[in-house]
Amino acid sequence: MGEVTYLEAIREGLIEEMERDSNVFCLGEDIGVYGGAFKVTEGLLSRFGADRVIDTPVSETGFVGAAAGAAHMGMRPVCEMQFIDFISCAYSILTNYVATARYRSFLPCPMVVRGPSGGYVRGGPFHSQNPEAAFLHTPGLKIVCPATPADAKGLLKAAIRDDDPVLFFEHKYLYRRVRETMPTGDHVVPLGKARVAREGRDLSIITYAAGVWKSLEAAQILEREDGLAVEVLDLRTLLPLDDDGIVMTVKKTNRALIVHEDTATGGAAGEVIARVNQLAFEWLDAPVRRVAAHDVPLPYAPALEDFVLPQTSDIVAASRWLAKY
Amino acid sequence: MAITLSPPTAPAGLTRSQLLELYYYMRLTRTLEERLVALYRQTKVVGGLFRSLGQEADAVGSAYALDRSRGDILSPLIRNLGSMLVQGAQPLEILLQYMAKGDSLSRGRELNIHIGDLDRGFIGQISHLGDMVAVMAGVTLTFKLRKEPRVGLVYVGDGATSTGAFHEGLNFAAVQRCPLVVIVENNGYAYSTPIARQTAATRLADKAGGYGIPGITADGNDVLAVYEVTKEAVDRAREGGGVTLIELMTYRRKGHAEHDDQSYLPAGEIERWAAENDPLDRYVDRLTDILGVTADELDAINDRVRGEVDRATDLAERSAPPAAADALIGVYADPPVMPLQWYREGSDG
Repeated sequence: MGEVTYLEAIREGLIEEMERDSNVFCLGEDIGVYGGAFKVTEGLLSRFGADRVIDTPVSETGFVGAAAGAAHMGMRPVCEMQFIDFISCAYSILTNYVATARYRSFLPCPMVVRGPSGGYVRGGPFHSQNPEAAFLHTPGLKIVCPATPADAKGLLKAAIRDDDPVLFFEHKYLYRRVRETMPTGDHVVPLGKARVAREGRDLSIITYAAGVWKSLEAAQILEREDGLAVEVLDLRTLLPLDDDGIVMTVKKTNRALIVHEDTATGGAAGEVIARVNQLAFEWLDAPVRRVAAHDVPLPYAPALEDFVLPQTSDIVAASRWLAKY
Repeated sequence: MAITLSPPTAPAGLTRSQLLELYYYMRLTRTLEERLVALYRQTKVVGGLFRSLGQEADAVGSAYALDRSRGDILSPLIRNLGSMLVQGAQPLEILLQYMAKGDSLSRGRELNIHIGDLDRGFIGQISHLGDMVAVMAGVTLTFKLRKEPRVGLVYVGDGATSTGAFHEGLNFAAVQRCPLVVIVENNGYAYSTPIARQTAATRLADKAGGYGIPGITADGNDVLAVYEVTKEAVDRAREGGGVTLIELMTYRRKGHAEHDDQSYLPAGEIERWAAENDPLDRYVDRLTDILGVTADELDAINDRVRGEVDRATDLAERSAPPAAADALIGVYADPPVMPLQWYREGSDG
């Protein structure tokens, strides 16, 4: 088996789950005949037929609601948001209906909403968003943000099999930029377990999605130029957060930097920092810091986008500050 | 040549006992709501109380057109208590729910009639109007994908037809030719907003044309007319004919909820509807004048309803509230229980 890209890994995960369980079906805009805006679902229509790969009207509320109704009836729908920015069109039905159906009505709602998130691609304000924080605040949802091809596949398979609604935020910058050989067999990665992406003892960078790759790059620079052994913890899942994994790395290195591409205020880093304070304050040798996007809509021009989004050099600088503290 | 007279055709193709059953459900709806008002005034209903006074025919007649034995499913709106009773909800369950008891269908998590039971074929609504059209599109899409001869019915009010969710859900269902019947209960008001401020359309059923589906307007206070028009749409849906939009004309004689003083209404409007167009009065006239149902028969049904509601009230009043910590259970399938936050005794954080 050769290497596959992050995008191909997602497609593999979809195909394997659709073959395994006839209740799994896909719906979304332009996913059938066209194969999806990024071609994630390419070939699925001819393989599974129009009943299982449904091209929908432009109506995020409509097809998310329909997915919920189908999920109640025992189906396992997978919705595609053409760009994850448009998940906000379905914000009301996701947070008010989908997230509460089990609690209020004991209705099963096993469904996945997946789609491309993230910047660094000159997509401008409406094709670059990272909406995870908007949903992190909603009990009833799970949130997955894979960083590697193997995780993208294994976490997607777990998300489809999960009995709760899962938001699966893929990173479009990674779609064709990272590749690896897939583990053999039925590769399922459990939700809620972080992954140590790099071992270290001097400092922990806690991050997810594209932030993992920027942080690994920063860790190499810090090792080469500063002799620092930086640990990188890939959260993988934001809901539920892996408290044990976070506490373990903080107790090991006593210094923590949270990195995410989403804007700083109200972002996921704040929640991680609150948990570190609650669960591991005595183990800290320095304040917990974060590197995140500046609090502005994401602009288009390369000079502007690069300025707003966290860059490797930002992570290096913040790490040096923490290491010296 | 001998001439044999065929027996008079029962209205709407229903048997005499079915016609009386329609009366039973309408009477049960009204009596149960009157009991809820008494309990509300005793502060035993802890939240708001929503009445369907004057609208019992539209909920009962439409739900009666579904076939429970085939697994049809409906999603009621706030004034469709009658439709839930037809699907098998018990008066005790409604009382427990309004009184926030621990053994209510929602275990005290939800208000009023925001409750469902998939086995009996009703799915609880949420307060965000129009969303249930999209959800029922998915329920009925599943019927279609699985080639099951089942039908779904979803209720919205005149106000919900202005929402995006109504449009997206209805359009999705229409494109997919889902076996779905959408009932727009036009009772003249969305809270205090009259229909003329809700839409420039003269008939809400006309909106169906925009989705390429049939749209029909019917008298919502004539239970047999409601049944007939819904039955036709249900049959069409079951045969693969797709979605129908039905506008039922009725009138909301109580406020949005019990607290609403209805000061925005023109003088005499409620009284005129109550005197001239009460769905129960109209149906009683029909039953007695045309079908020869006697006052004694109707009294017997009224007595049966009162006895059922009395017994249910006694049981509901004796029922306990939920255990407080049950609030943490069942947000997710996994984990089954949410952790207490650290500042609360007993937490592990």
